[in-house]
Amino acid sequence: MLGSAWLALVSGASVAVHRRDVPPAGMVLPPAPVTRIGVMGMVTETQLEAKPRGTAPWAGSAGTLVVAGRDGAALADIAASEASLRRFLMGLPGVDQVGAEARTAMLATRSIKAASKLAALELVVRMIDLTTLEGADTPGKIRSLCAKARHPDLGDAGVPPVAAVCVYPDLVGTAKAALSGSPVAVAAVATAFPSGRAALDVKLADVRQAVSAGADEIDMVIDRGAFLSGRYQLVLDEVRAVKEACGGAHLKVILETGELVTYDNVKRASWLAMLGGADFIKTSTGKVAPAATLPVALVMLEAVRDFDTATGRQVGVKVAGGIRSAKDALRYLVVVRETAGEAWLAPDRFRFGASSLLNDVLMQRTKQLTGAYVRADDFSQD
Amino acid sequence: MNWEYAPAPESRAIVDLQPSYGLFIDGEFVDPGDGSAFKTVNPATEEVLAEVAAAGPADVDRAVEAARRAQHETWGPMSGAERAKYLFRVARILQERSRELAVLESLDNGKPIRESRDIDVPLSAAYFFYYAGWADKLEYAGFGPSPQPIGVAGQIIPWNFPLLMAAWKLAPALAAGNTSVLKPAETTPLTALVLAEIFQEAGLPPGVVNVVTGAGATGAALVAHPGVAKIAFTGSTDVGKGIQRELAGTGKRLTLELGGKGANIVFEDAPLDQAIEGIVNGIYFNQGHVCCAGSRLLVQESIAELVVEKLKARLQTLRLGDPLDKNTDIGAINSPVQLEKITELAAAGVAEGAERWTSPCALPEHGFWFPPTIFTDVSPSHRIAREEIFGPVLSVLTFRTPEEAVMKANNTPYGLSAGIWTEKGSRILWMAQQLRAGVVWANTFNRFDPTSPFGGYRESGFGREGGRHGLEAYLDV
Repeated sequence: MLGSAWLALVSGASVAVHRRDVPPAGMVLPPAPVTRIGVMGMVTETQLEAKPRGTAPWAGSAGTLVVAGRDGAALADIAASEASLRRFLMGLPGVDQVGAEARTAMLATRSIKAASKLAALELVVRMIDLTTLEGADTPGKIRSLCAKARHPDLGDAGVPPVAAVCVYPDLVGTAKAALSGSPVAVAAVATAFPSGRAALDVKLADVRQAVSAGADEIDMVIDRGAFLSGRYQLVLDEVRAVKEACGGAHLKVILETGELVTYDNVKRASWLAMLGGADFIKTSTGKVAPAATLPVALVMLEAVRDFDTATGRQVGVKVAGGIRSAKDALRYLVVVRETAGEAWLAPDRFRFGASSLLNDVLMQRTKQLTGAYVRADDFSQD
Repeated sequence: MNWEYAPAPESRAIVDLQPSYGLFIDGEFVDPGDGSAFKTVNPATEEVLAEVAAAGPADVDRAVEAARRAQHETWGPMSGAERAKYLFRVARILQERSRELAVLESLDNGKPIRESRDIDVPLSAAYFFYYAGWADKLEYAGFGPSPQPIGVAGQIIPWNFPLLMAAWKLAPALAAGNTSVLKPAETTPLTALVLAEIFQEAGLPPGVVNVVTGAGATGAALVAHPGVAKIAFTGSTDVGKGIQRELAGTGKRLTLELGGKGANIVFEDAPLDQAIEGIVNGIYFNQGHVCCAGSRLLVQESIAELVVEKLKARLQTLRLGDPLDKNTDIGAINSPVQLEKITELAAAGVAEGAERWTSPCALPEHGFWFPPTIFTDVSPSHRIAREEIFGPVLSVLTFRTPEEAVMKANNTPYGLSAGIWTEKGSRILWMAQQLRAGVVWANTFNRFDPTSPFGGYRESGFGREGGRHGLEAYLDV
C-alpha cells in the first residue's frame, strides 16, 4: 500500500481562482482555500495563503501542509517526521527511464519555423540567467557581463535584456551597481556552491551576505550527500532555512541532477525542494557532468505541473549547464510547452542558466530577421 | 506566453507522382489485360493522386507464372549469400529514398509524416537488413539441416502500414528463397509500386517480386490460383476466415495476421507519466489504424480517475491536421468507409450507455477525420469493448486485482497484443505468462523490431512474422 502512493487533486474548485495569484483589483481576498490531496489513501489538506495583488509569484508561501486521515482525523504533516516524508517521496509514481527518454526524443523532432521561431528566440533571451561562476571572476569581468545583460545586441535595440546575471555572492555588489536602473535581476549562487559541503550556519551566512548585498535571487544547492543517504528531512530543513534567510529574495534550489543520477531521484528531489518552499527548481550547478538534459527537464516539469495541480502554487524550472545552441534552447521550450503548458513559457516560470547560449540565439535571431547568417564577431563575447 | 508552432510542411516536390501506374510483372511495369483501373486518393484532402491498374484473373495468372519461373530458374537455385546481396541492396536503396517514400506514404495513407519518416520507412529498411542476414544461414535457424523454400507466396497486405507490411512479408519470403506476388491494399498502392521500382534499381531478377494492384477480387484470384504454394494475409478477421475456408483441402500453406482488441493494463504502481504516453502511443498512433492497438485500457480502479484526467489533459496537446506537417501527431482516417465504421461504433458506444469524451480539436474541412476519443464507464459487454474499431477511440475499463486484469484482458475473441504497466518486475513476468496474446509489451507499447516475432492467438490469426520465427512461415520444415 505504501509503495503505491499517488497524488491527485480531489477538489479543486476553490483553487482555480486562487492559482492565478492575482485577484481582481478591489476584490476582498477570500479565506485561504483548502486543497485536498490524496496521498496513499490519506487525504492531505493544504492551506494556501492568499497572496496580495502584484506580489511576485515567488514571494508567496508554500503554505502549511496539514495531513488528515480518510476519516478526517489529523494524522501528520507530510514533513512532520523523517518517516512520513520518506513514505511520501517513496510513494510518488516512478519514472520509466526508457519512456521518459523516448518522449523527449519525440519532442525534439518538433519543427520550429518562421514567426514561431523568432518569437521563441526572443523569449529565450528574456529567460537567460547570464552566468559567470569562475574562480577568476573579477569586478571588470562582472561589469562587462552586466553590460551585455542590459543590451545583449548593441546593434539592435529590439533585443530585450536577459532575465538576470548569475554570479558568486562576493560579486553581488558589483553586479548590482552595474545593473542599477535596469530590469535585470542579480542572482547569487550561495550555500557553499557548488558542492554544498559546509555547515548549515556557514551556508546561511553565505545567503544572508548575498541578500544584504542586494541579490534578488538566490541559487542554493541541496545536500546531495544527505539526499543519497536517505536523510530527506535534513535536505528539507536546509531548504526551509535558506528560504527563510532569503527574505524577499527569490529562491532557486539546485538539485544537481548529474549526481542524483536516476529520474526517480530527480522527481523526489523536485518534490522535496517544492515542499521546502522553492520558487524555482534548477537542474545543475554547471560544474558536474551531465548537467541539464531534456529528460531531466521533462521529469522536473512534470513535477511542477503536478505540484500546481495539487497545491495551486506554480514553481518555476531552471535548466543550467551545457545548453549552448539556440536549437537546444528551442527544444527545451517545446518540452515546457507540451508538459507544463504555456503558463510556464515566461521568465518567471522558466530560465536558462547559460553564457555562450546568448550569442547563438542572437545569431539565429538575426538570421531569422535578415535571412543571412552574420559573423560570430558581430556580437560582443560578453 | 501563447506560442503556436508555425506550419512546417514537408515538401511534396521529392515525390514524382505519375498520373497512372501499371502492374509490376516479371520485372516490368505493364498494363492490365483488360485495361481497367481505379483511383487512389489523398485521404487528407480527397484529391486524386493517381490512377492505378486493377489486375484481373489473367494478370494474376501472368504474375504467378513469372514468379514460378523465377523461383525455379533463378531465385530458388541461387545461393543464400547471393540472395542476401540483393536484399542488402534493397535495404540500402530504401534508406536512400526514405524521404520520398515517407512523403508518398503520408500522401496516400494519411498518416503523419513524423510517423512515416521515423517509423514506417526506417523499420521497412530494418526488416530487409535483418532478413538479408538470414539468407545464407538458414540451416542454422533451427528448422533442420537443409530447410527448403516453399515456392510462390501470394502476399496480401493492408492499408495501415503499406510499405512496412510489404517489407514484413517480402523480406523473410525472399531470404528463404521463395518468390512473391504481392497484392497491396486498394486505397494505398503507391509505395508498393515505388518499392517495385527499387527492386528494378537493385537489379532483382525478373519475376522474383510481382505487384498486382486491385481490390478484393484481385486478392481472391491470387488466393484461388493453383500455382501459389502459400498465402500470407494481413487484414480483417472476416476476410481471413474466408481465405481459410477457401484454402481448406488445397494443401496451400497459410499464415494470417488479423484483427485485435489489445488490452493495455495499467497498475496503480505504474510509472504514471510514461504510462499516459504509452496509452497515447497504444491507441492514437497511426489514428488507431493498428491491428495490435491498445484499444482497451484496463486501469486499476484505485487510479482510474486520475489516469483519465491526465489522459484527457494529454490528448488536448495532440496536434491533428495536415499529415505532411512535421508537427502533426494525428493524421487523416484512411478512407470514408473506415470513417463510417468508426463513427458507427462510436455512436453504438453512446447508445449502449458509455460516457464519450472527444478532444476539442478543430477538424479540417476536407478529407476524412476523427478526433481522439475516450469512452469511460465501458462494460465488457459493450460493442466498443469487444469489436475492433480500428480508429482513434479508446475504451476504458477498470479492474481490482491482477487476476481480474488477466481475466478481462483475455475475455476477447482476439489475442494479438497486450501491454503491462507496473514497476514490479515479478508481476510483469507473471502477467506475460497468463495473457493470451502474441505480443506482450511491458512499460511500453507499439514498439516493433525485426528481431522480435509478431503474431496472434485465436481470431487474431496464426503464424509469426519477424525474428527467426518469421522464417518458418516461408520454409518447408
